[in-house]
Amino acid sequence: MTSESPRAPRTLFEKVWDDHIVRPATESTPAVLYIDLHLVHEVTSPQAFTVLRERGLRVRRPDRTVATMDHSTPTTPRDQHGRIAIGDALAAAQLAQLERNCRDFGIELHELGAEQQGIVHVIGPELGLTRPGMTIVCGDSHTSTHGAFGALAFGIGTSEVGHVLATQCLLQRRPKTMEVRVEGALRPGVTAKDIILAVIAKIGIGGGTGHVMEYTGPAIRALGMEERMTVCNMSIEGGARAGMIAPDDVTFEYVAGRPRAPRGAAWDAALERWRGLPTDEGASYDRSVTISASELAPMITYGTNPGMGMRIDAPVPRPDSLSDGSERAALEKALRYMDINPGERLLGRRVDVVFVGSCTNSRISDLRLAAGVLRGRKVAPGVRMLVVPGSQQVKRQAEAEGLHTVFREAGAEWREAGCSMCIAMNGDSLAPGQYAVSTSNRNFEGRQGKGSRTFLASPLTAAASAVRGAIADARELTNA
Amino acid sequence: MPDTITPVRTVESPYVVLDAQNVDTDQIIPARFLKVTDRAGLGDALFADWRYDESGSPRPDFVLNRPEARGAEILVAGHNFGCGSSREHAPWALRGYGFRAVVSTRFADIFHSNALKNGLLPVTIPADVHERLMSWPANGVRPTLKIDVASQTLTLPDGTEVRFPIESFAKHCLLEGVDELGYLLNAGGEIAAYEEVHP
Repeated sequence: MTSESPRAPRTLFEKVWDDHIVRPATESTPAVLYIDLHLVHEVTSPQAFTVLRERGLRVRRPDRTVATMDHSTPTTPRDQHGRIAIGDALAAAQLAQLERNCRDFGIELHELGAEQQGIVHVIGPELGLTRPGMTIVCGDSHTSTHGAFGALAFGIGTSEVGHVLATQCLLQRRPKTMEVRVEGALRPGVTAKDIILAVIAKIGIGGGTGHVMEYTGPAIRALGMEERMTVCNMSIEGGARAGMIAPDDVTFEYVAGRPRAPRGAAWDAALERWRGLPTDEGASYDRSVTISASELAPMITYGTNPGMGMRIDAPVPRPDSLSDGSERAALEKALRYMDINPGERLLGRRVDVVFVGSCTNSRISDLRLAAGVLRGRKVAPGVRMLVVPGSQQVKRQAEAEGLHTVFREAGAEWREAGCSMCIAMNGDSLAPGQYAVSTSNRNFEGRQGKGSRTFLASPLTAAASAVRGAIADARELTNA
Repeated sequence: MPDTITPVRTVESPYVVLDAQNVDTDQIIPARFLKVTDRAGLGDALFADWRYDESGSPRPDFVLNRPEARGAEILVAGHNFGCGSSREHAPWALRGYGFRAVVSTRFADIFHSNALKNGLLPVTIPADVHERLMSWPANGVRPTLKIDVASQTLTLPDGTEVRFPIESFAKHCLLEGVDELGYLLNAGGEIAAYEEVHP
């Protein structure tokens, strides 16, 4: 839209939305929305390719489609030939199917162990595929991650994966907008993960349903790109399909020079476009919430959904303090599952496993935070700690910095790239009843393996808890 | 798959109550069942961790294992159903089991969209009506609900009619058996025109 006529001020979301309308919505039909980038992985795509085959359809824009293997892939270290063995026959068949689909339909694939393979939401940004102003989809709810670049990025189901493969478009009604303003500045030892856990605790896991969030305010501006990805990643845990952050110099600096980023004159033109994306002065949102970063402390979840979170030093809420009957029942059920007492403090509570990884917190800055706590310290006896880099590139970078040595010397496992224990469909999982402090995004019942119990927290809290063998506040170890 | 799908106009059936809030897609179908390349047979994995014990035997206290659940095509669940992952395996599992509608006070966006594409009706009703349904007196008969897509009404066991929202195009697709992919393919000319301007 390059109209010269004055128009009403628009939000970042509205600008990206307007730019991708192939056919506007009417009362009886949704908009046809163009998709710039379609990311594909092995778990949610096979049935979509089947539909294409059954109907004799081709992939409309293989050049806008990129596939990787991440969910069902093992993260066990390579053998002496540099290969990663796939022990699970079902997973092997699913991965082979993706390979075949990509070959048959001409789609770029980053197969297991390849140089740029990794979690789909880690490699998109890393390769410069993710850029401001784009529409990005993937059959994965954490596609919201890419919104950190000022892209409109959201998860879709497999039917819609088929729609995008065949037409590069989706049928969409325009969602509402919600501003999440984060005022002030974070204190030392408090991270992007703590911001988003606090936001979800405030609005609840359904609070953003039907909305696209835009994170604004000085505390968001002060975040680096990887931290912004952590925030946007968990928008879906607040019910919002997408979360966005207006692009700025931090964004442009991150994108510049990446393999798929535009260069030369194309870069200059892109930059000019991108600078016009931030929400206009006077534009309004359907809803707004504000939190204060300076009042935040490290957060931890105590229950079985990501909205059940609190300051790490707070007492676990008591069901009898809730007036709403169904909320009370939900909390009672969650605490029973977690085997946690109302009013209990979690600091000092024993844990079995610590997991650093997932599309929320597996980037190099996350690994640096965890390594910073572990350097010169040991993982407590009886605790298993897994550090799973988000991509092969993150892994190489960490190894170049010697972080893998820090992890190994501390007694942690240094693994291959993948979703690992965040989804526990790849051999990495908790035993029934075990407790984990996890930097991932979901603490649902059984999410990390049947009967597993998850405390969601930041990489700092995870590393400190590994050292103590119990839930710990990293600020006490590092004197932050 | 053909260009048309089976229309969904009405569902009339006894219902089962799943008394849990925020039922997430990991409960509907745990991730370990997602290592498949087709959509068949997922009904057996529906609510697997609630439905079966460690040895794989049905837990007698779980609602779907009780005799009154047999043949019920409508699930009435607690608030905010279907949150979490985008896995379409969730509606596939519900359909595979035999459910044709889920009733709640709120559905997560992606689940809602996925359900409609699989002929599974997500029926959103006000909290007070929902509360009545969750505790409807049995009196020896299985309470029955009727869902009518055209009039967007849910008829309660006592005959009370409650309207529910449904997006106009989704409604059209359900009633006429229109397949969204076919609709999008018909927009091919406009898509090409857009691509001309946005290379």
